[in-house]
Amino acid sequence: MTQAILTIEDYAKTFHLHERNKDIPSTSGVNLSVYPGRLTALIGPTGAGKSSVLKGIYRTYLPSSGRILFRTKAGNIIDLAKACEHQILELRKQEIGFVTQFLYCLPRKSAIDVVAEPLFARGVDSHEARGRAEKLLAQLAVPSHLWNVPPATFSGGEKQRVNLARGLIAQPRLLLLDEPTASLDPATTERVIKHIQSLKETGIAMLAIFHHPDLVRRLADEVVELSPPIAVTELSKD
Amino acid sequence: MSRKILEVRGLSRIHGKGCPLCTQHTGPEFDTNICPFCGSVVAAHDINFDLYRGEILGIIGESGSGKSSTVKMLYFDDAPTSGQATFFDGAEQHDLFSLNAAQQRSMRNKRFGMVYQNPHMGLNFQISAGGNIAERLLMSDLKHYAEIRRRAGELLSRTEVSLARMDQNPKTFSGGMQQRVQIAKALATRPPLLFLDEVTTGLDLSVQAAILDLILEIQNELDTAMIVVTHDLGVIRLLAGRTLVMKHGRVIESGLTDQILEDPQHAYTQRLVASAL
Repeated sequence: MTQAILTIEDYAKTFHLHERNKDIPSTSGVNLSVYPGRLTALIGPTGAGKSSVLKGIYRTYLPSSGRILFRTKAGNIIDLAKACEHQILELRKQEIGFVTQFLYCLPRKSAIDVVAEPLFARGVDSHEARGRAEKLLAQLAVPSHLWNVPPATFSGGEKQRVNLARGLIAQPRLLLLDEPTASLDPATTERVIKHIQSLKETGIAMLAIFHHPDLVRRLADEVVELSPPIAVTELSKD
Repeated sequence: MSRKILEVRGLSRIHGKGCPLCTQHTGPEFDTNICPFCGSVVAAHDINFDLYRGEILGIIGESGSGKSSTVKMLYFDDAPTSGQATFFDGAEQHDLFSLNAAQQRSMRNKRFGMVYQNPHMGLNFQISAGGNIAERLLMSDLKHYAEIRRRAGELLSRTEVSLARMDQNPKTFSGGMQQRVQIAKALATRPPLLFLDEVTTGLDLSVQAAILDLILEIQNELDTAMIVVTHDLGVIRLLAGRTLVMKHGRVIESGLTDQILEDPQHAYTQRLVASAL
């Protein structure tokens, strides 16, 4: 097997709530690797910390301990748990993508521009970027009459597809997917599955959480199971 | 070439005569920025950060936290008590607080831009909207009337102000349109560094959204670095890649904006985020 693009060693995340003086463990002892052209699925019950792992990699969460080793395009190994913020921002722009369950975008921007934005940020010509966005929106069955409309008024499923297209367009080397098909109908889910399969063929490494076990069976090359962490720790007032 | 455009180190501002105990007995842990011994106000203390080209940095905090004070010092509206700020302008490097008054004026007029919360601070209400922009273009050495008028029109169009209103006085404009003229004026010299101080505060939500959208478009188009001061978490969520959280004159936390919002570390930031959601 080729070298892993991402290796996580003993990742743990605990939230400390100052107001209540409590430590709330989210996940601990996570070890996994993700390889180019392969998909690793994270499974486990609600509260097992699956999203916490993805957010730790993307640095939306500050990891409490462990190492998150990412192999860059240039071949360097960077510990994402400790990398400086500017380095993380650059990796987000160029190499690591994250499709979350929610779409945050500016209210006036058209769906096409929302999707094309990661390409604009990389300096891709706007005509080409919009062309690629249109192609992807068509592939994900977003009706063409919505392309020039801001997604604020879209249905949950349409927003999810715009969100997915935005995450997929820049073809990052590592793609994190947090329940990308959660609010999609079966036909659209099938399109997304095909798209993910084609991404694997292009060598993109993926770490994903899926709502449905059938998707794990069809798409995952590796499966990592997480268990819920131990109970909340009440800290003494001293 | 480094992408750094601004480096701020140890920036501090004390209003009042100050005493050796001022900074030791103020700050978040004392829940005040007023020195109990001499009554001086520690508006900002030991502020450190770097800003990169094309980056938007958010500064968030409640009234009196020192966020506007920080920006005012960098724009020469106020002088620091101590600290350094280095501006990297192409191959040149400027120690901002060592510049003389004329050099500071030149820096403000040509290389920096500022958009204030209150349009009265950024606009001259004695002259037309176009005149306001022309004023700034003149200060940046553009002298030809037709060229100035053409460029002013271009800027107003870009900020979505009708050209029909170019010769009208901005005091007849709505709050949102006044902010657009301020943005057009600030951008007149295509500054690589722009300061935005509570620019959407007090505007209707729909107008706020349009202004934020405009700011982001400009940042994309011109690769302008920006420091955005706000007390609105929604504004930094949409605009800023990184954020500093200030309280009682100190930076209490800094990080990637999504991390600040989803995994805040400091007790105050946790309260701030919890109360906004």
